[in-house]
Amino acid sequence: MATDVVVQQQRQGPPPAKAVNDWSIQVATVNGSGSQSANMVLLRSIFQMGIPVSGKNLFPSNIAGLPTWFTIRANKDGYIARKKEVDFLIAMNPETAVEDVKSLDPGAAVLYDEPLNLSAIRNDVGFYSVPFDKLTAAVCPEAKLRKLVKNMVYVGVAAQLIGIDMGQVEKAVRKQFKKKQKAADLNFAAVKAGYDYAASSLKKADHCYVEPMNATQGKIIIDGNAAAALGSMFAGCTVVTWYPITPSSSLVEQMIDYMKHYRIGADGKATFAIVQAEDELAAIGMVLGAGWSGARSMTATSGPGISLMAEFAGLGYYAEVPGVIWNIQRTGPSTGLPTRTMQGDILSTAVLSHGDTKHIMLIPNSVAECFDMAFDAFELAEHFQTPVFVMSDLDLGMNNWMSDPFKYPDRPIKRGKVLSKADLEKLGSFARYKDVDGDGIGYRTLPGTEHPAASYFTRGSGHNEKAQYSERPDDYQNNMDRLAKKFETARSHVPKPDVDTGKSKIGIIAYGTSHWAIVESRDQLRKEYKLETDYLRLKAYPFTREVHDFVKNHDRVYLVEQNRDAQMLDLLKLDLSVDQLHKLRSIRHYNGLPLDARSVTDELVTQEGK
Amino acid sequence: MASTPTSQPPVKTNRIGLSVMEYKGGKTTLCAGCGHNAISERVIDAMYEMGVQPERVAKFSGIGCSSKSPAYFLSRSHSFNAVHGRMPSIATGALLANRTLVGIGVSGDGDSASIGMGQFVHLMRRNLPMIYIIEDNGVYGLTKGQFSATADLGSKLKTGVINDLPPIDTCAMAIELGATMVGRSFSGDKKQVLTLLKAAIAHKGTVMLDIISPCVTFNDHEGSTKSYKYMKDHDEPLHDVNFVPQFEDITVDYEPGSTTEVTMHDGSRLLLRKLEEDYDPTNRIEAVKRLMQAHDKGEVLTGLFYINTKAPSFLEMLHMTEKPLATLPESVTKPPKSVLDEVMESLK
Repeated sequence: MATDVVVQQQRQGPPPAKAVNDWSIQVATVNGSGSQSANMVLLRSIFQMGIPVSGKNLFPSNIAGLPTWFTIRANKDGYIARKKEVDFLIAMNPETAVEDVKSLDPGAAVLYDEPLNLSAIRNDVGFYSVPFDKLTAAVCPEAKLRKLVKNMVYVGVAAQLIGIDMGQVEKAVRKQFKKKQKAADLNFAAVKAGYDYAASSLKKADHCYVEPMNATQGKIIIDGNAAAALGSMFAGCTVVTWYPITPSSSLVEQMIDYMKHYRIGADGKATFAIVQAEDELAAIGMVLGAGWSGARSMTATSGPGISLMAEFAGLGYYAEVPGVIWNIQRTGPSTGLPTRTMQGDILSTAVLSHGDTKHIMLIPNSVAECFDMAFDAFELAEHFQTPVFVMSDLDLGMNNWMSDPFKYPDRPIKRGKVLSKADLEKLGSFARYKDVDGDGIGYRTLPGTEHPAASYFTRGSGHNEKAQYSERPDDYQNNMDRLAKKFETARSHVPKPDVDTGKSKIGIIAYGTSHWAIVESRDQLRKEYKLETDYLRLKAYPFTREVHDFVKNHDRVYLVEQNRDAQMLDLLKLDLSVDQLHKLRSIRHYNGLPLDARSVTDELVTQEGK
Repeated sequence: MASTPTSQPPVKTNRIGLSVMEYKGGKTTLCAGCGHNAISERVIDAMYEMGVQPERVAKFSGIGCSSKSPAYFLSRSHSFNAVHGRMPSIATGALLANRTLVGIGVSGDGDSASIGMGQFVHLMRRNLPMIYIIEDNGVYGLTKGQFSATADLGSKLKTGVINDLPPIDTCAMAIELGATMVGRSFSGDKKQVLTLLKAAIAHKGTVMLDIISPCVTFNDHEGSTKSYKYMKDHDEPLHDVNFVPQFEDITVDYEPGSTTEVTMHDGSRLLLRKLEEDYDPTNRIEAVKRLMQAHDKGEVLTGLFYINTKAPSFLEMLHMTEKPLATLPESVTKPPKSVLDEVMESLK
């Protein structure tokens, strides 16, 4: 099985002699070996020392036994995108160790399990040989626990070599094991054994150093799926339906935990329903049923699930039923690489279903935006009475990100144009699909509204303003035109992009998790090539006026995205006037790994002819 | 043209003061004589007689002739005509969002037993309180006459094509999967259909009623096992069914000793006068056995095959609040800032 992918790439130029708070550690282990706790302790220890840090997990679609890599990047300047180069490799997996070592840059260092005997492979990297089994056995009398505890030994070794404060490591261990004091004690003993061994037996052979900073004070660490779950709970979601699929499952699983903890009423009864459906078709069907009935309802899925939801997505659009669908994108097409990231569903989701169908999409770039956009998504879904898709991805959803604490959504929840019994008593009647306000959005009533004029018939077949079945050409066309108008209205309601403009005639447009590589790439372009760029980060589809203005005001606009076919570029082309199209250029990244700054910088300067 | 009478006789109303006219739907566009229309009429009668407020009813359907039916009864109710075979998920979501609604879904044998089989079986096993009717004619009408998965082995299409696949018995499946009230009837048997529907309204769990409803255009000919004639010749009722709503206090002329009485959730009583001495409608295994025996004998067994008023409904299993989730106020659905502060602190 070819999971032995090369996950390191060669550095351009020599390694630094001494790198303080600016390096990356890569831990190569075996899936199912319990290394996640050790990696989180390492990440959190650095975070607690005030150093900006990010962690990315590269794991196989498998339960146990295949290679997995976890990369921790520490960066004093706050860059948290993936970095290609590895400075410090912790090689615990015999299957990949040789190739992992071979693909390192000169000057890197390798910490390895003694029996792997890696030091003979090359002489231009530093080596630390550690007798893991011996050190583990000394602190862990129970043989069956040693496999798990062994990972903690490399935390201790790395901490000593790099200079991580052991007080912070202990705090991180205790946080990891929460109230399980015995487990915390045992694991910290393993950390200590590694630390002591490194202090007494190893000589520094890497260039990575840690010095305390104050850049993470008050910040939190959370993954995007948990942030989305929290945001959805605070958005007043009451019905959640889902079908498990990587990488979206943890969103609903964490939502179940939060909702059970915080959304049980005084009478002990749930103020929500969470249902594991039989498939994705049923999941979105239930979302639409609940949305039609008046509940804030949502599901979470990924590419293959999105494909299955196509028919219902069109029904939701055409019958005008609210619902929120989180798409935690992974690579496609088909099963693709189920545990790798991509922005590969942009085009298919934007027009999901047959006929003329267009959907509102929100695109978070951070855990904070996962939280905020959960609220936005429900607001927009109910305001526009339509399915709203939130386009997260595996990198954002399943990796841990540091963030400022989320802001409480003080805005009151708005339920959109819903007529009550009292409204109907005043009005006498209503026409479900009539454009009363000129914004394309009709008024609706909820099932159970006790007024004889409240009812209407919802269907995916042709209908007139009164929701009566109609095959008349004028009724069909009027309805489709109104839906188009509604989509136009949405342009001024979806989140506006972040724009940094006025410095250059070269513009960059990116979205979602690509943002973090762009931040770093723009600095690289400035420092290394004296090339200033302007930047627009898309947050939503349909495109707002600012996007058009940005293209208009620049000579060249690079659209950076994580898919092969420049999907967002295509969507933008549909939107722009013909005279603007020649300005658009594309930078694409689609190997399943998160986008890194260097790839953007290199490609942009090449296209600029530098 | 008759002259207008000077004084109208008083309009008969039900216990909530509505006339039967207020339970009517739109004019049917189905073929004249279609069994589905008779079923719509019985739904109107049942809802009227049970005094259900029309606005409290939510109607669901998928795609096909049968799925047009909700347009032909209870115009004062909200209705959702979903996609082919996937009505159960729409109904599930809608009824989760508002548990106070009376849910009634109308499907067909194509809609339920083929494209919708996945959603059908999962609706049955959840025991979500709703009435699910299959208007079963063994044929695809709207696509002009292809066999459905409930067509009997050896039955013949109008074009002469013989069905060489065994039928799916939706009732046997529903019983096996966990539906808590399962019966079969014939659209031409007004009394039985009406009685089963009234009991269905009183039941708090998934009700599955398979109603043989001959397709007059494509499946009402010699060689069809879903024709009016065939049904009249082969209908084997398990029992005479009667139903006494909780709001009626009447004596019934059933002889003690030959009647099985089932008390419904709301206190209504379902009375089954035994035609078959040993039939117990609370015995799942016996119910499935009888259905299989009927198939072997070429009978179309009708009646109430299975009922269980004790099993928890899906809503009970979810421990949901009694109030509709759809209209819970923000004060209930949006936790206070202190909750977010607590979560944020735990993530530091």
